[in-house]
Amino acid sequence: MNDAYPAGDSAPLEVSIARKAYVAASGERLDVIDRVAFTLRHGEMAAFVGPSGCGKTTMLRIIAGLDADYAGKVVRPPGTLGMVFQEPRLLPWRTVDENVRLVAPDVDDAKLTALFATLELTAHRAHFPGELSLGLARRVALARAFAVEPKVLILDEPFASLDAALATRMREELAWLVDRRPVTVLLVTHDVGEAVRLADRLIVLSARPARVIADIPIAGARRERSEADIALLKDDVARLIESAA
Amino acid sequence: MIRLASLALFVAAWWGGAHFAGERMLPGPLLVLDAIIAEARSGALFFHLGATLARVLMAFTLALALGTVIGVVMGRSRLADRFADPWLLVLLNLPALVVIVLAYIWAGLTEAAAIAAVAVNKLPNTAVTVREGARALDPGLDEMSRVFQVPRWKAFRHVVLPQLAPYLAAAARSGLSLVWKIVLVVELLGRPNGVGFQIGIAFQLFDVTRILAYALSFTAVVLAIETFLVQPFERRVSRWRLRPA
Repeated sequence: MNDAYPAGDSAPLEVSIARKAYVAASGERLDVIDRVAFTLRHGEMAAFVGPSGCGKTTMLRIIAGLDADYAGKVVRPPGTLGMVFQEPRLLPWRTVDENVRLVAPDVDDAKLTALFATLELTAHRAHFPGELSLGLARRVALARAFAVEPKVLILDEPFASLDAALATRMREELAWLVDRRPVTVLLVTHDVGEAVRLADRLIVLSARPARVIADIPIAGARRERSEADIALLKDDVARLIESAA
Repeated sequence: MIRLASLALFVAAWWGGAHFAGERMLPGPLLVLDAIIAEARSGALFFHLGATLARVLMAFTLALALGTVIGVVMGRSRLADRFADPWLLVLLNLPALVVIVLAYIWAGLTEAAAIAAVAVNKLPNTAVTVREGARALDPGLDEMSRVFQVPRWKAFRHVVLPQLAPYLAAAARSGLSLVWKIVLVVELLGRPNGVGFQIGIAFQLFDVTRILAYALSFTAVVLAIETFLVQPFERRVSRWRLRPA
Protein backbone atom coordinates (compact mmCIF):
# COMPACT_ATOMS: atom_id res chain seq x y z
CA MET A 1 0.00 0.00 0.00
CA ASN A 2 1.20 3.46 -0.82
CA ASP A 3 -0.62 6.09 1.17
CA ALA A 4 -0.12 9.80 1.12
CA TYR A 5 -0.48 12.09 4.09
CA PRO A 6 -3.54 14.34 3.85
CA ALA A 7 -1.52 17.48 4.48
CA GLY A 8 1.81 18.78 5.68
CA ASP A 9 4.72 20.17 3.77
CA SER A 10 7.40 18.49 5.83
CA ALA A 11 5.90 15.04 6.25
CA PRO A 12 8.38 12.19 6.67
CA LEU A 13 8.77 9.14 4.46
CA GLU A 14 7.81 6.02 6.38
CA VAL A 15 8.91 2.66 5.08
CA SER A 16 8.05 -0.60 6.76
CA ILE A 17 8.40 -3.65 4.55
CA ALA A 18 7.70 -6.83 6.52
CA ARG A 19 8.44 -9.23 3.72
CA LYS A 20 8.89 -9.42 -0.03
CA ALA A 21 9.25 -12.73 -1.84
CA TYR A 22 9.50 -13.85 -5.44
CA VAL A 23 8.51 -17.18 -6.86
CA ALA A 24 11.46 -18.31 -8.94
CA ALA A 25 11.06 -20.01 -12.33
CA SER A 26 11.78 -23.35 -10.61
CA GLY A 27 8.70 -22.80 -8.41
CA GLU A 28 10.67 -22.22 -5.22
CA ARG A 29 10.03 -19.22 -3.02
CA LEU A 30 12.79 -16.65 -2.79
CA ASP A 31 12.75 -14.20 0.12
CA VAL A 32 14.22 -10.89 -0.98
CA ILE A 33 13.39 -8.55 1.91
CA ASP A 34 12.89 -9.54 5.54
CA ARG A 35 11.82 -6.65 7.76
CA VAL A 36 13.25 -3.40 6.44
CA ALA A 37 11.87 -0.39 8.29
CA PHE A 38 13.01 3.22 8.57
CA THR A 39 11.63 6.73 8.63
CA LEU A 40 13.29 9.61 6.79
CA ARG A 41 12.77 13.18 7.93
CA HIS A 42 11.78 15.76 5.34
CA GLY A 43 14.98 16.84 3.60
CA GLU A 44 17.06 13.95 4.90
CA MET A 45 19.38 12.04 2.58
CA ALA A 46 19.84 8.36 3.36
CA ALA A 47 22.40 6.19 1.61
CA PHE A 48 21.88 2.44 1.38
CA VAL A 49 24.81 0.08 1.06
CA GLY A 50 24.85 -3.70 1.02
CA PRO A 51 26.13 -6.67 -0.96
CA SER A 52 25.04 -6.72 -4.59
CA GLY A 53 21.83 -8.62 -5.23
CA CYS A 54 20.62 -8.07 -1.67
CA GLY A 55 17.34 -6.50 -2.71
CA LYS A 56 18.12 -2.79 -2.76
CA THR A 57 16.57 -2.19 -6.16
CA THR A 58 13.52 -4.25 -5.12
CA MET A 59 13.16 -2.02 -2.06
CA LEU A 60 13.37 1.14 -4.18
CA ARG A 61 10.74 -0.20 -6.60
CA ILE A 62 8.37 -0.85 -3.68
CA ILE A 63 8.93 2.65 -2.30
CA ALA A 64 8.39 4.15 -5.76
CA GLY A 65 5.05 2.36 -6.00
CA LEU A 66 6.10 0.14 -8.93
CA ASP A 67 5.65 -3.09 -7.00
CA ALA A 68 2.55 -3.54 -4.83
CA ASP A 69 3.10 -7.24 -4.13
CA TYR A 70 4.67 -7.17 -0.65
CA ALA A 71 3.73 -7.33 3.01
CA GLY A 72 4.04 -4.02 4.82
CA LYS A 73 3.34 -0.36 4.33
CA VAL A 74 4.98 2.63 2.69
CA VAL A 75 3.74 6.15 3.44
CA ARG A 76 5.14 8.74 1.05
CA PRO A 77 4.80 12.44 1.77
CA PRO A 78 2.43 14.19 -0.66
CA GLY A 79 4.03 15.73 -3.72
CA THR A 80 5.88 14.46 -6.71
CA LEU A 81 8.42 11.70 -6.88
CA GLY A 82 11.64 11.86 -8.86
CA MET A 83 13.62 8.79 -9.75
CA VAL A 84 16.92 7.99 -11.42
CA PHE A 85 17.02 4.36 -12.48
CA GLN A 86 20.17 2.27 -12.86
CA GLU A 87 19.96 2.81 -16.61
CA PRO A 88 19.06 6.33 -17.81
CA ARG A 89 15.69 5.19 -19.30
CA LEU A 90 15.33 8.13 -21.67
CA LEU A 91 13.03 8.07 -24.68
CA PRO A 92 15.42 7.58 -27.63
CA TRP A 93 12.96 9.25 -30.03
CA ARG A 94 12.70 12.50 -28.09
CA THR A 95 15.38 15.15 -27.62
CA VAL A 96 16.99 15.85 -24.25
CA ASP A 97 14.72 18.86 -23.81
CA GLU A 98 11.56 16.92 -24.76
CA ASN A 99 12.52 14.07 -22.44
CA VAL A 100 12.62 16.41 -19.48
CA ARG A 101 9.51 18.36 -20.47
CA LEU A 102 7.48 15.16 -20.91
CA VAL A 103 7.55 14.51 -17.15
CA ALA A 104 7.60 18.20 -16.16
CA PRO A 105 5.22 19.97 -18.58
CA ASP A 106 4.75 22.99 -16.28
CA VAL A 107 8.42 23.55 -15.58
CA ASP A 108 9.53 27.18 -15.47
CA ASP A 109 11.74 27.98 -18.49
CA ALA A 110 14.28 29.93 -16.47
CA LYS A 111 14.54 27.16 -13.88
CA LEU A 112 15.01 24.55 -16.57
CA THR A 113 17.73 26.61 -18.22
CA ALA A 114 19.51 26.93 -14.87
CA LEU A 115 19.17 23.20 -14.23
CA PHE A 116 20.66 22.33 -17.62
CA ALA A 117 23.47 24.80 -16.98
CA THR A 118 24.27 23.24 -13.59
CA LEU A 119 24.49 19.79 -15.12
CA GLU A 120 26.47 21.13 -18.11
CA LEU A 121 23.79 19.97 -20.54
CA THR A 122 23.04 23.32 -22.19
CA ALA A 123 24.81 22.34 -25.43
CA HIS A 124 22.90 19.05 -25.62
CA ARG A 125 19.30 20.16 -25.25
CA ALA A 126 18.44 19.47 -28.90
CA HIS A 127 20.34 16.16 -29.07
CA PHE A 128 18.76 12.74 -29.07
CA PRO A 129 19.81 10.31 -26.27
CA GLY A 130 21.53 8.05 -28.83
CA GLU A 131 23.97 10.87 -29.50
CA LEU A 132 25.03 11.15 -25.83
CA SER A 133 27.69 9.33 -23.83
CA LEU A 134 26.56 7.32 -20.81
CA GLY A 135 27.75 10.08 -18.48
CA LEU A 136 25.67 12.67 -20.31
CA ALA A 137 22.63 10.40 -20.46
CA ARG A 138 22.90 9.89 -16.68
CA ARG A 139 22.93 13.66 -16.22
CA VAL A 140 19.80 14.00 -18.33
CA ALA A 141 18.13 11.41 -16.09
CA LEU A 142 19.21 13.47 -13.08
CA ALA A 143 17.93 16.67 -14.71
CA ARG A 144 14.59 14.97 -15.40
CA ALA A 145 14.28 13.86 -11.76
CA PHE A 146 15.01 17.39 -10.50
CA ALA A 147 12.80 19.13 -13.06
CA VAL A 148 9.65 17.77 -11.41
CA GLU A 149 10.74 19.48 -8.13
CA PRO A 150 10.30 16.23 -6.22
CA LYS A 151 9.40 15.85 -2.55
CA VAL A 152 11.09 12.45 -2.62
CA LEU A 153 14.04 11.59 -4.84
CA ILE A 154 15.08 7.99 -5.44
CA LEU A 155 18.53 7.34 -6.89
CA ASP A 156 19.49 3.78 -7.85
CA GLU A 157 23.27 3.73 -8.30
CA PRO A 158 23.17 6.90 -10.39
CA PHE A 159 26.95 7.11 -10.82
CA ALA A 160 27.75 3.43 -11.47
CA SER A 161 30.16 2.67 -14.33
CA LEU A 162 31.29 6.27 -14.74
CA ASP A 163 34.98 7.11 -14.49
CA ALA A 164 36.13 8.46 -11.12
CA ALA A 165 36.58 12.08 -12.15
CA LEU A 166 33.16 12.28 -13.78
CA ALA A 167 31.49 10.54 -10.82
CA THR A 168 33.09 13.08 -8.46
CA ARG A 169 31.82 15.97 -10.52
CA MET A 170 28.32 14.56 -10.71
CA ARG A 171 28.32 13.96 -6.94
CA GLU A 172 29.14 17.63 -6.43
CA GLU A 173 26.34 18.64 -8.78
CA LEU A 174 23.93 16.39 -6.90
CA ALA A 175 25.02 17.88 -3.53
CA TRP A 176 24.51 21.38 -4.93
CA LEU A 177 21.03 20.60 -6.24
CA VAL A 178 19.95 18.92 -3.00
CA ASP A 179 21.26 21.78 -0.85
CA ARG A 180 19.34 24.33 -2.88
CA ARG A 181 15.92 22.85 -2.23
CA PRO A 182 15.02 20.46 0.59
CA VAL A 183 14.17 17.01 -0.73
CA THR A 184 14.08 13.61 0.91
CA VAL A 185 16.62 11.42 -0.88
CA LEU A 186 17.17 7.67 -1.02
CA LEU A 187 20.52 6.88 -2.58
CA VAL A 188 21.53 3.30 -3.29
CA THR A 189 25.25 2.91 -3.87
CA HIS A 190 27.99 0.30 -3.58
CA ASP A 191 30.56 2.99 -2.76
CA VAL A 192 30.86 3.65 1.00
CA GLY A 193 32.99 6.73 0.27
CA GLU A 194 30.22 8.20 -1.85
CA ALA A 195 27.69 7.39 0.89
CA VAL A 196 29.59 9.12 3.73
CA ARG A 197 30.41 12.08 1.50
CA LEU A 198 26.81 12.81 0.56
CA ALA A 199 24.35 11.32 3.03
CA ASP A 200 23.03 12.40 6.41
CA ARG A 201 22.47 8.81 7.31
CA LEU A 202 23.84 5.48 6.23
CA ILE A 203 21.68 2.37 6.29
CA VAL A 204 23.54 -0.91 5.90
CA LEU A 205 21.61 -3.87 4.53
CA SER A 206 22.46 -7.56 4.93
CA ALA A 207 22.80 -10.15 2.18
CA ARG A 208 19.52 -11.56 0.83
CA PRO A 209 16.96 -11.55 2.37
CA ALA A 210 17.72 -7.92 3.18
CA ARG A 211 17.54 -6.71 6.79
CA VAL A 212 18.80 -3.46 8.27
CA ILE A 213 22.03 -4.35 10.08
CA ALA A 214 23.20 -0.84 10.89
CA ASP A 215 21.68 2.64 10.80
CA ILE A 216 24.45 5.19 11.21
CA PRO A 217 23.86 8.94 11.43
CA ILE A 218 26.59 11.03 9.80
CA ALA A 219 27.18 14.24 11.72
CA GLY A 220 27.77 17.65 10.18
CA ALA A 221 26.67 19.30 6.97
CA ARG A 222 28.11 17.62 3.87
CA ARG A 223 29.77 20.87 2.78
CA GLU A 224 31.87 20.92 5.97
CA ARG A 225 33.18 17.36 5.79
CA SER A 226 36.90 17.43 5.15
CA GLU A 227 38.72 14.67 3.28
CA ALA A 228 40.21 13.51 6.62
CA ASP A 229 36.74 13.29 8.21
CA ILE A 230 35.47 11.32 5.25
CA ALA A 231 38.38 8.87 5.39
CA LEU A 232 37.81 8.34 9.14
CA LEU A 233 34.08 7.87 8.69
CA LYS A 234 34.67 5.46 5.86
CA ASP A 235 36.92 3.29 8.05
CA ASP A 236 34.42 3.36 10.91
CA VAL A 237 31.61 2.31 8.63
CA ALA A 238 33.69 -0.39 6.98
CA ARG A 239 34.47 -1.84 10.42
CA LEU A 240 30.81 -1.66 11.41
CA ILE A 241 29.75 -3.47 8.26
CA GLU A 242 32.33 -6.17 8.87
CA SER A 243 31.38 -6.74 12.48
CA ALA A 244 27.67 -6.81 11.63
CA ALA A 245 28.02 -9.20 8.75
CA MET B 1 20.26 5.20 -61.83
CA ILE B 2 19.87 1.45 -61.34
CA ARG B 3 16.14 1.95 -60.83
CA LEU B 4 15.90 3.81 -64.15
CA ALA B 5 17.85 1.09 -65.95
CA SER B 6 15.59 -1.55 -64.43
CA LEU B 7 12.52 0.38 -65.55
CA ALA B 8 13.93 0.76 -69.07
CA LEU B 9 14.60 -2.98 -69.22
CA PHE B 10 11.00 -3.64 -68.20
CA VAL B 11 9.62 -1.42 -70.97
CA ALA B 12 11.97 -3.03 -73.49
CA ALA B 13 10.86 -6.53 -72.48
CA TRP B 14 7.24 -5.42 -72.77
CA TRP B 15 7.92 -4.07 -76.25
CA GLY B 16 9.62 -7.31 -77.32
CA GLY B 17 6.81 -9.39 -75.87
CA ALA B 18 4.19 -7.31 -77.67
CA HIS B 19 6.08 -7.82 -80.93
CA PHE B 20 6.05 -11.60 -80.59
CA ALA B 21 2.63 -12.15 -79.05
CA GLY B 22 0.77 -9.76 -81.30
CA GLU B 23 -1.18 -6.66 -80.35
CA ARG B 24 -4.36 -8.50 -79.44
CA MET B 25 -2.70 -10.52 -76.67
CA LEU B 26 -0.25 -7.90 -75.46
CA PRO B 27 -0.51 -4.36 -76.81
CA GLY B 28 2.75 -2.38 -76.77
CA PRO B 29 3.54 0.45 -74.34
CA LEU B 30 2.60 3.20 -76.79
CA LEU B 31 -0.86 1.75 -77.46
CA VAL B 32 -1.51 1.50 -73.72
CA LEU B 33 -0.28 5.07 -73.23
CA ASP B 34 -2.67 6.23 -75.98
CA ALA B 35 -5.53 4.46 -74.20
CA ILE B 36 -4.61 6.09 -70.89
CA ILE B 37 -4.58 9.54 -72.54
CA ALA B 38 -7.92 8.92 -74.26
CA GLU B 39 -9.56 7.76 -71.00
CA ALA B 40 -8.05 10.75 -69.17
CA ARG B 41 -9.40 13.18 -71.82
CA SER B 42 -12.93 11.83 -71.44
CA GLY B 43 -12.66 12.10 -67.64
CA ALA B 44 -13.56 8.43 -67.15
CA LEU B 45 -10.06 7.56 -65.91
CA PHE B 46 -10.12 10.05 -63.07
CA PHE B 47 -13.68 9.16 -62.10
CA HIS B 48 -12.90 5.47 -61.75
CA LEU B 49 -9.47 6.00 -60.18
CA GLY B 50 -11.06 8.35 -57.67
CA ALA B 51 -13.79 5.85 -56.77
CA THR B 52 -11.24 3.11 -56.20
CA LEU B 53 -8.87 5.38 -54.28
CA ALA B 54 -11.67 6.49 -51.95
CA ARG B 55 -12.55 2.85 -51.21
CA VAL B 56 -8.89 1.96 -50.66
CA LEU B 57 -8.38 4.83 -48.23
CA MET B 58 -11.54 4.12 -46.25
CA ALA B 59 -10.95 0.38 -45.97
CA PHE B 60 -7.26 0.94 -45.21
CA THR B 61 -7.95 3.47 -42.44
CA LEU B 62 -10.67 1.32 -40.93
CA ALA B 63 -8.52 -1.82 -40.94
CA LEU B 64 -5.45 -0.04 -39.60
CA ALA B 65 -7.30 1.72 -36.77
CA LEU B 66 -9.28 -1.33 -35.62
CA GLY B 67 -6.34 -3.67 -36.16
CA THR B 68 -4.07 -1.45 -34.07
CA VAL B 69 -6.52 -1.35 -31.17
CA ILE B 70 -7.03 -5.13 -31.28
CA GLY B 71 -3.29 -5.75 -31.65
CA VAL B 72 -2.34 -3.52 -28.70
CA VAL B 73 -4.98 -5.10 -26.44
CA MET B 74 -3.88 -8.62 -27.45
CA GLY B 75 -0.23 -7.78 -26.96
CA ARG B 76 -0.77 -6.32 -23.49
CA SER B 77 -3.31 -8.75 -22.03
CA ARG B 78 -2.69 -12.47 -22.04
CA LEU B 79 -6.37 -13.16 -21.44
CA ALA B 80 -7.43 -11.12 -24.49
CA ASP B 81 -4.72 -12.80 -26.55
CA ARG B 82 -5.87 -16.30 -25.69
CA PHE B 83 -9.50 -15.38 -26.24
CA ALA B 84 -9.09 -13.65 -29.60
CA ASP B 85 -6.32 -15.78 -31.10
CA PRO B 86 -8.60 -18.47 -32.62
CA TRP B 87 -10.77 -15.75 -34.19
CA LEU B 88 -7.71 -14.18 -35.70
CA LEU B 89 -6.56 -17.51 -37.10
CA VAL B 90 -9.94 -18.11 -38.74
CA LEU B 91 -9.98 -14.60 -40.25
CA LEU B 92 -6.38 -14.93 -41.47
CA ASN B 93 -7.22 -18.12 -43.33
CA LEU B 94 -10.63 -17.11 -44.67
CA PRO B 95 -10.29 -16.46 -48.43
CA ALA B 96 -10.99 -12.86 -49.44
CA LEU B 97 -13.54 -14.04 -51.99
CA VAL B 98 -15.64 -15.79 -49.32
CA VAL B 99 -15.75 -12.65 -47.16
CA ILE B 100 -16.73 -10.48 -50.12
CA VAL B 101 -19.48 -12.79 -51.38
CA LEU B 102 -20.92 -13.24 -47.88
CA ALA B 103 -20.83 -9.49 -47.23
CA TYR B 104 -22.73 -8.82 -50.48
CA ILE B 105 -25.31 -11.52 -49.69
CA TRP B 106 -25.87 -10.36 -46.12
CA ALA B 107 -25.69 -6.59 -46.58
CA GLY B 108 -26.66 -6.21 -50.22
CA LEU B 109 -24.58 -4.72 -53.04
CA THR B 110 -23.79 -1.58 -51.03
CA GLU B 111 -20.78 0.63 -50.53
CA ALA B 112 -20.72 -0.21 -46.81
CA ALA B 113 -20.64 -3.95 -47.53
CA ALA B 114 -17.79 -3.47 -50.03
CA ILE B 115 -15.60 -1.43 -47.67
CA ALA B 116 -16.33 -3.64 -44.66
CA ALA B 117 -15.42 -6.75 -46.65
CA VAL B 118 -12.05 -5.27 -47.64
CA ALA B 119 -11.35 -4.06 -44.10
CA VAL B 120 -12.13 -7.49 -42.64
CA ASN B 121 -9.61 -9.00 -45.03
CA LYS B 122 -6.83 -6.66 -43.93
CA LEU B 123 -7.68 -6.38 -40.23
CA PRO B 124 -6.18 -9.67 -38.93
CA ASN B 125 -2.92 -8.88 -40.69
CA THR B 126 -2.58 -5.53 -38.93
CA ALA B 127 -3.60 -7.00 -35.58
CA VAL B 128 -0.95 -9.74 -35.78
CA THR B 129 1.81 -7.28 -36.74
CA VAL B 130 0.90 -4.71 -34.08
CA ARG B 131 0.54 -7.46 -31.46
CA GLU B 132 4.21 -8.33 -31.92
CA GLY B 133 5.06 -4.65 -31.37
CA ALA B 134 2.93 -4.43 -28.24
CA ARG B 135 4.62 -7.53 -26.84
CA ALA B 136 8.05 -5.97 -27.37
CA LEU B 137 7.28 -2.73 -25.49
CA ASP B 138 10.08 -1.72 -23.12
CA PRO B 139 8.93 -2.29 -19.50
CA GLY B 140 11.64 0.09 -18.27
CA LEU B 141 10.11 3.04 -20.10
CA ASP B 142 6.66 2.04 -18.90
CA GLU B 143 7.91 2.15 -15.29
CA MET B 144 9.54 5.50 -15.92
CA SER B 145 6.27 7.03 -17.11
CA ARG B 146 4.43 5.51 -14.13
CA VAL B 147 6.92 6.86 -11.57
CA PHE B 148 6.73 10.35 -13.08
CA GLN B 149 2.94 10.08 -13.35
CA VAL B 150 2.79 10.93 -17.04
CA PRO B 151 -0.93 11.07 -17.97
CA ARG B 152 -2.13 8.01 -19.89
CA TRP B 153 -2.81 9.68 -23.21
CA LYS B 154 0.53 11.46 -23.14
CA ALA B 155 2.33 8.26 -22.25
CA PHE B 156 0.59 6.50 -25.15
CA ARG B 157 1.61 9.23 -27.59
CA HIS B 158 5.20 9.74 -26.52
CA VAL B 159 6.21 6.42 -24.97
CA VAL B 160 4.10 3.66 -26.56
CA LEU B 161 3.31 4.90 -30.08
CA PRO B 162 6.94 5.57 -31.11
CA GLN B 163 7.77 2.01 -30.09
CA LEU B 164 4.92 0.73 -32.28
CA ALA B 165 5.84 2.97 -35.24
CA PRO B 166 8.01 0.43 -37.11
CA TYR B 167 5.27 -2.18 -36.77
CA LEU B 168 2.61 0.28 -37.91
CA ALA B 169 4.75 1.24 -40.91
CA ALA B 170 5.17 -2.44 -41.82
CA ALA B 171 1.42 -2.99 -41.49
CA ALA B 172 0.70 0.11 -43.59
CA ARG B 173 3.10 -0.96 -46.34
CA SER B 174 1.80 -4.49 -46.78
CA GLY B 175 -1.70 -3.15 -46.14
CA LEU B 176 -1.80 -0.66 -48.98
CA SER B 177 -0.85 -3.20 -51.65
CA LEU B 178 -3.14 -5.88 -50.24
CA VAL B 179 -6.12 -3.55 -49.86
CA TRP B 180 -6.10 -2.19 -53.39
CA LYS B 181 -5.96 -5.67 -54.88
CA ILE B 182 -8.97 -6.74 -52.83
CA VAL B 183 -10.84 -3.52 -53.64
CA LEU B 184 -10.59 -4.42 -57.34
CA VAL B 185 -12.25 -7.78 -56.68
CA VAL B 186 -15.00 -6.11 -54.67
CA GLU B 187 -15.63 -3.67 -57.52
CA LEU B 188 -15.64 -6.43 -60.13
CA LEU B 189 -18.26 -8.37 -58.19
CA GLY B 190 -20.68 -5.68 -57.15
CA ARG B 191 -19.91 -2.01 -57.74
CA PRO B 192 -21.00 0.20 -60.65
CA ASN B 193 -17.71 2.11 -60.86
CA GLY B 194 -14.00 1.93 -60.04
CA VAL B 195 -10.98 0.34 -61.65
CA GLY B 196 -12.23 -3.18 -60.87
CA PHE B 197 -15.55 -2.45 -62.60
CA GLN B 198 -13.75 -1.13 -65.72
CA ILE B 199 -11.49 -4.17 -65.83
CA GLY B 200 -14.59 -6.39 -65.60
CA ILE B 201 -16.06 -4.74 -68.69
CA ALA B 202 -12.76 -4.90 -70.54
CA PHE B 203 -12.54 -8.60 -69.69
CA GLN B 204 -15.91 -9.27 -71.34
CA LEU B 205 -14.66 -7.51 -74.48
CA PHE B 206 -11.19 -9.10 -74.25
CA ASP B 207 -9.83 -5.54 -74.37
CA VAL B 208 -6.28 -6.06 -73.03
CA THR B 209 -5.27 -2.44 -73.79
CA ARG B 210 -7.95 -1.09 -71.47
CA ILE B 211 -7.11 -3.62 -68.73
CA LEU B 212 -3.47 -2.54 -68.78
CA ALA B 213 -4.34 1.15 -69.01
CA TYR B 214 -6.41 1.05 -65.81
CA ALA B 215 -4.15 -1.34 -63.90
CA LEU B 216 -1.00 0.66 -64.64
CA SER B 217 -2.65 3.99 -63.83
CA PHE B 218 -3.69 2.77 -60.43
CA THR B 219 -0.30 1.19 -59.78
CA ALA B 220 1.18 4.63 -60.42
CA VAL B 221 -1.18 6.14 -57.84
CA VAL B 222 -0.15 3.55 -55.22
CA LEU B 223 3.54 4.13 -56.01
CA ALA B 224 3.02 7.87 -55.56
CA ILE B 225 1.34 7.32 -52.17
CA GLU B 226 4.21 5.06 -51.11
CA THR B 227 6.90 7.53 -52.24
CA PHE B 228 5.31 10.79 -51.13
CA LEU B 229 3.40 9.75 -48.01
CA VAL B 230 4.58 6.46 -46.49
CA GLN B 231 8.33 6.90 -46.95
CA PRO B 232 8.54 10.51 -45.67
CA PHE B 233 6.48 9.43 -42.66
CA GLU B 234 8.90 6.59 -41.96
CA ARG B 235 11.88 8.94 -42.28
CA ARG B 236 10.27 11.37 -39.86
CA VAL B 237 9.56 8.85 -37.14
CA SER B 238 13.02 7.28 -37.41
CA ARG B 239 14.86 10.61 -37.47
CA TRP B 240 16.24 9.96 -33.96
CA ARG B 241 18.19 6.89 -35.09
CA LEU B 242 21.89 7.55 -35.58
CA ARG B 243 22.86 8.10 -39.18
CA PRO B 244 26.33 7.25 -40.38
CA ALA B 245 28.14 10.59 -40.80
